[in-house]
Amino acid sequence: MTEPIVQYQDVHKSFGDTEVLTGINLDIEPAEKVAVIGPSGSGKTTIIRMLMTLEEPTSGDIIVDGKNLWHMEKNGELVPANEKHLRQVRGNIGMVFQHFNLFPHMTILDNCMSAPIHVQKVDKQEAKQRSIEMLEKVGLGDKLDSYPNQLSGGQKQRVAMARALVMRPKVMLFDEVTSALDPELVGEVLEVIRDIANEGEMAMVLVTHEMEFARDIADRVLFLDNGVIAEEGPPAEVLENSTNDRLQSFLHRFRT
Amino acid sequence: MIINAIAEIFPTLMQGLRITIEVLLGSIILGYLMAFVAGLCRLSKNPIIKYITIFYVEVFRGTSLIVQLFWLFYALPILFGISLGSDYLAGVLAIALNYGAYMSEIVRGSILSVAKGQTEAATALNMSRFQRMRLVIFPQAVRMMLPEFGNYLIQMLKATSLVSLIGMTDILYYGDILRGNNLSQAPTVYFLILVFYFIMALPLIWLTRKMETASKKGVAS
Amino acid sequence: MNSGNWQWNTFFEAFPVVVEGLGITLGLTVATYLFALIFGFVWTLLSAIRITPIRWLFRWIMEFIRSTPPLVQLFFIFYAWPMVPIVGFALDPFTSAIVGLGIHFSTYIGEVYRSGIEAVEKGQWEAAKALNFSTGQKWSKIILPQAIPPTIPMLGNYLIIMFKEIPLASTIGVAGILNLANSYGSANFRYLEPLTIVALLFLLLSYPSAILINKLERRMNRRFDKKEKSGSKPLKEEKEGAAS
Repeated sequence: MTEPIVQYQDVHKSFGDTEVLTGINLDIEPAEKVAVIGPSGSGKTTIIRMLMTLEEPTSGDIIVDGKNLWHMEKNGELVPANEKHLRQVRGNIGMVFQHFNLFPHMTILDNCMSAPIHVQKVDKQEAKQRSIEMLEKVGLGDKLDSYPNQLSGGQKQRVAMARALVMRPKVMLFDEVTSALDPELVGEVLEVIRDIANEGEMAMVLVTHEMEFARDIADRVLFLDNGVIAEEGPPAEVLENSTNDRLQSFLHRFRT
Repeated sequence: MIINAIAEIFPTLMQGLRITIEVLLGSIILGYLMAFVAGLCRLSKNPIIKYITIFYVEVFRGTSLIVQLFWLFYALPILFGISLGSDYLAGVLAIALNYGAYMSEIVRGSILSVAKGQTEAATALNMSRFQRMRLVIFPQAVRMMLPEFGNYLIQMLKATSLVSLIGMTDILYYGDILRGNNLSQAPTVYFLILVFYFIMALPLIWLTRKMETASKKGVAS
Repeated sequence: MNSGNWQWNTFFEAFPVVVEGLGITLGLTVATYLFALIFGFVWTLLSAIRITPIRWLFRWIMEFIRSTPPLVQLFFIFYAWPMVPIVGFALDPFTSAIVGLGIHFSTYIGEVYRSGIEAVEKGQWEAAKALNFSTGQKWSKIILPQAIPPTIPMLGNYLIIMFKEIPLASTIGVAGILNLANSYGSANFRYLEPLTIVALLFLLLSYPSAILINKLERRMNRRFDKKEKSGSKPLKEEKEGAAS
């Protein structure tokens, strides 16, 4: 077996007095597609936000590509990571947000180009080339000079995906990327994610409410409940044959 | 007859124009600089920097400009032993420190009101703290600052009239001399001074409108 | 002239002298404020005139007063007004300050009123019409009760702003704290201490008032179900984000 690209080791997270995650253990293989489902407030978004370093775990370790994300070694001891260490490790990770979070003051092309140029120090011409290719791939090759507020929600989300992909991450995180979209725009976004998934090489973690979609593309589905992974396995098993009552009632709400 | 009076008053007032404009330019440059420095320092995580800045901002916002002007005028020579040209320094410092304090709140507020998702997206693209500020937060915040920054231009122009009180030879100073020479001229003199200031304000008003329209472009997604 | 550093004995000697002017400073603030509150209405009415050239004219007069220095306007009222042929008459320094500074700030107050009235939803005007209220009833029962309360924090802010502009009156001889500090200074050749006292007094009075106004503003915003006045942030984002 290959080394996992991401490992969660007994990760806990509290917000104030509420403990949202009470011991997450999870290995994600390179190129594995993992879907995370669960009721609102179950902490599924928190799981990926900690991996993106947007939220710091209360305890436990997250290992990315063999390196401890939130801790670093200093004089033989593990100390909390500094900004430099975080930047080193999180370079492997990309994320797409529920609300797109495009940079409103930049054109679509600049949205995609700025990080490769400034963060990865890629040559400007090459960054441009890569960005245009990626935008063409998500079907927005004709919008390069538009600003985000000139696009529909579905288009914005596709730009957000191109922007993350240009960085060539080893792990991509999708945080309920279709929940803020009008129903008729969901399809185009899922289509793009499906294409990315089919290319294979990248690991993907999708927090989602789209059960059908999760079944289609995920290798593994996690059901998060009460701060732990209550159920996990291949989609068919988890989504159809589980005996977990809470999972059953959760899934029931999606079958109408 | 009124034409004659104007012809007589106008050149005298013109002599003060240079000082007024010099003080205005100095105040604008130093004032905006203070606004950014203090606005950013207030957001610093270092408690010493933060509280010193809060102290500065609250003191200058809590007292009046004219008091600050006199205070600096008398305090500067004592504190730093500067006497030569200290009236220009005191004038520009007072106006810049005063309006810099007000405008620093705008800088701070604008930076804080850039949506949290923007910082998160920049983090997800692995930008450093400095890059997040320079590439993502700051360009958006500046757009929000523009309209209020424009309004303060006119406030600073009005404030320059105070420097005559510490003996600087600006427009109002020459106006007061003219009034002293011939009290019956006072209405024409002061009205002309007001017109002078209004003419100087017009481009600033125009600029403010421009800044307002500029700020409306490309902000909210 | 100013020799030596800070002297505490000068500070304590000057303190009672300067504080003596506090009554004048505060009295002038209140009087000027009331003048501006009343005169502000005049501007609001004038800028509502339906005849375009007249409305336009008054808007420019307002703009003129707003964008020229209050100090010069003060000098105009005090020194020049008595010399104006036919209509001119002399005013004492205190009254000059009320009129000069009051008119200047009334242009700002007028804008506050106008923004309050414009903020009343269009539906309210239509409802008033639909219920067949008379013009007087419409204003007194529907529009003003909704337009005025939200402007109270803004009006409060202007009270503090004006308080800080009031020492301009010392230049025409109104014996407020700044004026007394300056005359103490010229009599004793020590300005630093009396001026510091003036600054302290201003800080002492305006800082707590500013906090009070801030509280009032927040309470008003809550009552009128408004977001904090931080511009056009996507409030939607917070609501939906919480649902995940």
